[in-house]
Amino acid sequence: MIYSEKVMEHFQNPRNVGVIQDADGVGQVGNPVCGDMMSFYIKVKDNRIENVKFQTFGCGAAIAVSSMVSEMAMGKTIEEALKITNKSVAKELGGLPQNKLHCSNLGADALHKAIENYKERQKAEAEKKEAREKSVDKEKCYCPYCEGPLEGLEDYCTKCGIELEECPGCGEPVKKGDEKCPHCGATKVRV
Amino acid sequence: MRRVYLDRIAATPLHPQVLEAMLPYLKDNFGNPQSLHSVGQEALKAVEEARGQVAQLINCEPQEVLFTSSGSESNNFALRGLALAHQKRGTHIVLSAVEHQSVLHSAKSLEKLGFKVSSVPVDKWGLVNPEDVQRAFSDETILVSVMLANNEVGTIEPVGEVADICRSRDVLFHTDAVAAAGNVPVDVKELGVDALSLAGNQFYGPQGSAALFVKKGTRILPFIDGGIQERGRRAGTENVSGIVGLGKASEIARKEMEKRNEQVKPLRDRLMRLLPQEVEHVFLTGHPEKRLPNHASFCIEFIEGEAMLLNLDMQGISASSGSACTSRALKASHVLLAMGIDHALAQGSLVFSLIEETTSKDIDYLLEVFPPIIEKLRKMSPLYTQYLEEKGK
Repeated sequence: MIYSEKVMEHFQNPRNVGVIQDADGVGQVGNPVCGDMMSFYIKVKDNRIENVKFQTFGCGAAIAVSSMVSEMAMGKTIEEALKITNKSVAKELGGLPQNKLHCSNLGADALHKAIENYKERQKAEAEKKEAREKSVDKEKCYCPYCEGPLEGLEDYCTKCGIELEECPGCGEPVKKGDEKCPHCGATKVRV
Repeated sequence: MRRVYLDRIAATPLHPQVLEAMLPYLKDNFGNPQSLHSVGQEALKAVEEARGQVAQLINCEPQEVLFTSSGSESNNFALRGLALAHQKRGTHIVLSAVEHQSVLHSAKSLEKLGFKVSSVPVDKWGLVNPEDVQRAFSDETILVSVMLANNEVGTIEPVGEVADICRSRDVLFHTDAVAAAGNVPVDVKELGVDALSLAGNQFYGPQGSAALFVKKGTRILPFIDGGIQERGRRAGTENVSGIVGLGKASEIARKEMEKRNEQVKPLRDRLMRLLPQEVEHVFLTGHPEKRLPNHASFCIEFIEGEAMLLNLDMQGISASSGSACTSRALKASHVLLAMGIDHALAQGSLVFSLIEETTSKDIDYLLEVFPPIIEKLRKMSPLYTQYLEEKGK
């Protein structure tokens, strides 16, 4: 066999295979042309990776590497997970054949990309929140239904009585249950 | 665990009678065929007998057979030896896009020496169109090489027609018959070829024993310089036991080929028909009829070949693949790409090549263990998830 026992063990029983639908970060590397493709999904709570899942299209080494990376990242803080390197993955697996080392590169890369994506989302979230607070301060709001004036923070319109909620896209009040925000046009995503 | 060997294109088992024929030359008959004494002369006699047996297999004269160490060497020998011996007439070579690496890389070396190489495309079955070969000709063309049967997709090429075109243009024609010779009838006279490569490990002979047919009167440059072995064209002490094995394997193949194929073809047909029925998104590669009778090749969508091979191996099944990950070069099969199969699908290449020993039960077993393996790997595949999401929309 061209692979170590550890590699074969992970290949036969890969850990954490799957998709996290409401992931906090998603990273994808590779493409079918080069032979390998990996997707990593992470769920983060209090700066700690509380769940990680992966999907891999690729050879035995690629599958074993993804499985090992997922195992190594599980429960780690973001900072600790960023320290997982291609070398440490290959080492944990008891080595990889020379021509398969690039697979271990992909594994850590995919995880780091998911973390990067998580950080970007965090940043975007923070900026949005800031912008929202500003807009609430500055501008007057109107009920999207009867156009009566609003303070901007009410759960319902004091004039017509419809239930309101904040559009997660632009922060403007919208009618509760509406699919589309009349202000920014965004399809409503529940936060 | 049940062992099912379905990788004859890599190697066939050694036929017991072949082993028996070889053994004396690994033990007591150790002579060098070039020695004048009787020990050497006995070895020489064995080598020449084997030459006759190989000649009979492909219908040529014994002196037209040169022994080599592998199919790759035969291909290298033919390309380089013929091109260099005829370069005064021209420096253009024509190949098909699906040739074995040993042909392609020889041509690459020749390009470095100033030769020009044209590659003829194939259709979706992997078939060369002889008219395309003709179209590729220039006044400089001296050599054409198109394989007889493709090892990866099993397609049998119209070599006779290509040979006719070459003859009419006074161009030399070589065919790589490594996957074909000993498995299907090969007659160099009927085909009209000038050179042909074959290898013993494709038909129950030993590894390291192969041959190159070179038509009488065809100039070819020596491949190994040195002594007078192989009439000065390939120096080096003969691999006597290997040559004896190749000879015996040729004799057996000639007699039993028809019977072997009658037995193996129905099994192969069943596999070819049922595998795409058992699992979705499985495509046959190569021509459905014009193909080696023992060869079934597929592309399995959304997954990669090596992962399949490892899983099959864990179930006792030996097969092969043309995926990037299974090749040392980490490139997807040039054969599949030349046939217009896209990269992602080509990664899912899988080749089953049956041997004489393959039974109906072996095929049943394969059909039984295959679907769960594919299901497991597809569950893991981001490409399959993507496909299901798009399908759901």
